[in-house]
Amino acid sequence: MICQECQKRSATVHFTKIINGEKMEVHLCEQCAHEKGNIIMFNNSSGLSINNLLAGLFNFNPNIEHTHSNAIHPNEIIQCDTCGMTLQQFLKIGRFGCASCYDAFQDQVTPILKRLHGGNWKHIGKIPERSGGTIHLRKKIDILKETLQSLVAKEEFEKAAEVRDEIRAYEKQLQEGGE
Amino acid sequence: MSIERFLNQTVSPWMNAEGPESDIILTSRIRLARNLKNFMFPTLGTQEEAKKVLDKFKQMIPLINLYPLKDAELLMMEELQPLHKQVLVEKHLISPNLAEQSPQGACLLSQDEVISIMVNEEDHIRIQCIFSGLQLEEALNLANAVDDQLEQHLDYAFSEVRGYLTSCPTNVGTGLRASVMMHLPGLVMTQQMKQLIPSINQLGFVVRGIYGEGSEALGNIFQISNQITLGKSEQDIILDLKNVVEQIVQQERSARESIVKTAGIQLEDKVWRSLGILKNSRIIESKEAAKCLSDVRLGIDIGYIENISRNILNELMILTQPGFLQQYAGGPLRPFERDVRRATLIRERLLLENNS
Repeated sequence: MICQECQKRSATVHFTKIINGEKMEVHLCEQCAHEKGNIIMFNNSSGLSINNLLAGLFNFNPNIEHTHSNAIHPNEIIQCDTCGMTLQQFLKIGRFGCASCYDAFQDQVTPILKRLHGGNWKHIGKIPERSGGTIHLRKKIDILKETLQSLVAKEEFEKAAEVRDEIRAYEKQLQEGGE
Repeated sequence: MSIERFLNQTVSPWMNAEGPESDIILTSRIRLARNLKNFMFPTLGTQEEAKKVLDKFKQMIPLINLYPLKDAELLMMEELQPLHKQVLVEKHLISPNLAEQSPQGACLLSQDEVISIMVNEEDHIRIQCIFSGLQLEEALNLANAVDDQLEQHLDYAFSEVRGYLTSCPTNVGTGLRASVMMHLPGLVMTQQMKQLIPSINQLGFVVRGIYGEGSEALGNIFQISNQITLGKSEQDIILDLKNVVEQIVQQERSARESIVKTAGIQLEDKVWRSLGILKNSRIIESKEAAKCLSDVRLGIDIGYIENISRNILNELMILTQPGFLQQYAGGPLRPFERDVRRATLIRERLLLENNS
């Protein structure tokens, strides 16, 4: 098979491009493939990267899931105070500028996160030991409160009372420790 | 200094240890994405900002108290030649992104090449641990231990609701990407892989080729990783991945069995022919080499071929990548020269195998 680009050398790089659902078989020689942007090794430079796809996904979002008045008005500029990134910029590149962007674009970010993470929007998992602060304690209390409710529902009052005392103890710790 | 060692050694030391299910699972990898508080993410940050992040990281290195990171080497991307960076990418020790477009990018690499901590990639810090075979828990535990060490000295960007804040919203929450690299010739040959991929996707996992996003499944090697990083605990993420992977392992085993049963002689023929090509060819493209290596590895696993070590697939797949070939040649090679050199290398390597 001959390379589609130069029509001279034999094609050694074969792949299928899918653009807007349209499949296209591509056969190139190694030289042309490299000139076209190192397709095999460094796919990022070939233009059709995951970033662009992501940005496309985000752009759809505000129209679909505007819960209250969260839809972006064309003239409105939502911007992150810390890094200066605008919501429009974020939607275009699919990357936040800094940690504060998560708060700055909160209303728009939540639906995006839900779409990306199977409906989830809240972190469950590791909490950093040092900068986590009182989160550890509060999480513990939350879990205990759930246990308490299920115990009450099952009418296991003795155990429930134990758990209640445990919660109180932690809450006291929280008041003393935090602030 | 000893960058030479990382470059010249094809097989990372950890590869020699055979992990569980290593007939099908080549590696288990964990990556944790972390960012520093009060610094812009690398995508937007300036050179100076990136420099500050790197300086903070450098100051922290001597304070790390973790045995596996003893004598770890800090590699500065700016100081490396493009070819050297490519070799590190081919060994999966750094990402293409870090090699190509990260101002002030660096990588702290442990002596055994199990731990690599990338600085100023898409996120300020990315901790990666690779183990051979199916060892996701082990890899996660080590990555967590590294993470805890770093957190003692660095202030992470963390929110109670969103978890670890990352540059890309696809990584937020746990910042965890767990991936398993699998050799699945049976499922490819029986045409089951095509059907399997959409169902794996539906479960929230992504299937990719050997070199990540957008790369081809060279040599029937596939990478399976989690997509969801938010709203699930680290343990649940790897447990779910492990379950999926174990099922794929089962299916691959039964695919192999059924091929041996129904088309044993054809398979044996294919395997030996491929070994013949590898032993005798004078010019070989990477795609053909990958295909033949996959066949030979399958032949070893099934038991058709003896006295060739299983590692040959992992080793030669990496060794015959463009970067490595040129590293061995000591300079840039044209594509045709590479194909010749690749063939020579494979022949020599196989000869070595027979004599031992």
